[in-house]
Amino acid sequence: MLRIMSELDPVPLVLNINGATHRLFAEPRRLLSDVLREDCVLTGLHIGCEHGVCGACTVLFDGAPARACLMYAVQAQGHEITTVEAFGASGELSVVQQALHEEHGLQCGFCTPGIVVTMEAWLAEHPNPTEAEIRDALSGNLCRCTGYHNIVAAIVKAAARRREANAT
Amino acid sequence: MKPARFAYEAPTTLEGALKSLAAAGDGGKVIAGGQSLAPMLNMRLARPDRLIDINAITELGEIAIDGDQLSIGALVRHDALAHSELVKRHCPLLAHAAETIGHYAIRKRGTIGGSLAHADPAAQLPLVALALDAEMDIRSARGSRVVAARDFFVSVFSTALDPDELLVKVKIPLLPAGGSAGFRLFNRRAGDFAIVSVAATLLRGSDDKIAGLRLAIGGIGPVPVRAEHLAVREASEPFSEHWSARVAATVAGAIDIEENERAPVAFRKELVAALTREALDEALEKACCGS
Repeated sequence: MLRIMSELDPVPLVLNINGATHRLFAEPRRLLSDVLREDCVLTGLHIGCEHGVCGACTVLFDGAPARACLMYAVQAQGHEITTVEAFGASGELSVVQQALHEEHGLQCGFCTPGIVVTMEAWLAEHPNPTEAEIRDALSGNLCRCTGYHNIVAAIVKAAARRREANAT
Repeated sequence: MKPARFAYEAPTTLEGALKSLAAAGDGGKVIAGGQSLAPMLNMRLARPDRLIDINAITELGEIAIDGDQLSIGALVRHDALAHSELVKRHCPLLAHAAETIGHYAIRKRGTIGGSLAHADPAAQLPLVALALDAEMDIRSARGSRVVAARDFFVSVFSTALDPDELLVKVKIPLLPAGGSAGFRLFNRRAGDFAIVSVAATLLRGSDDKIAGLRLAIGGIGPVPVRAEHLAVREASEPFSEHWSARVAATVAGAIDIEENERAPVAFRKELVAALTREALDEALEKACCGS
């Protein structure tokens, strides 16, 4: 039996992740990114910089993109967390995933989960973006392989597909 | 890159948070969006004993008109500031500046109270608060007080807040009729902190002169500074196509720029001149278009 000795020790947490309930114990200092990967075995998000710069660990927090490395798991209680595993879970790639695939918008793939999560949310808010706006939005996700060209092309394509889908 | 151990609590009322802060003493730290604090915790540059999370205090997330001021709760996030109709109408400078902060995911989490209380010398919101003569509404278990922006920022990462105090609201005078504003920053990569940033507000008089000018400049010292007093004579001249360039050149010539490791003084002096001129031009253009 785990006994709580002090407020610094692990505390019981109930987290809602991708619609499923996860029960676990974690110290208050544990990063949401670590708890998602290590305790919940949701290893889709990647941990790059651990100080909010690279964007690889981005998840949705109540629908809005957030760096999982700048949150503590204890803060996520009572909120809905969505990780990249939720996109394409039906077996069919999401709009952004499909466009990244077609446009060769990834090479090593380390940054890709953060880009998928961020851009799915961003496109929902910005259905009609210019290429410059797309580049600005992508500036929060570091990619060291592609030079961004193909990622930008993929997001342009994804935005057009979303518009088509919403028009019909 | 993992934080040291801390205790955590998330009070749901303002009174509860103030009580917790008072009890925590010097070892307590408020966390709101965490976009500046969490990196410092992760790198162990900050090692508080106790984090007091204010995200559940919904009353701190409100934007409202309060008399002749816009009242903005400390928990209002940068993205909400940038897109709020009230902010865009009554404090367009604030909305514009908020849209330039960090990246999309950062703006979705970061808060105005956090940015002001963190007091990064290169950050947008302290600069804009100074330019707009914002007032900081501060509470503690001991009582409440109001501190003007120009007295609030003490030094790098240092404000007038005591350890048991919480910044609960920012109050900003509404944009007067005939008023307009401009904002410019320079950085090398999108989303980086600015090397130099300039915020300007203008009030056009009934003749071809200005009735009011405020200028604030960031990136030149430990806190943003007001600078319109450096070019009183130039600013009082009638408008011409050279008006903004003259004001900007005079300000850049007279202003004190501290050495820092980010960019040479001479370069930042040129940035002050260029960005001030552009910010003034933006304000002039908006004034004549009435937007």
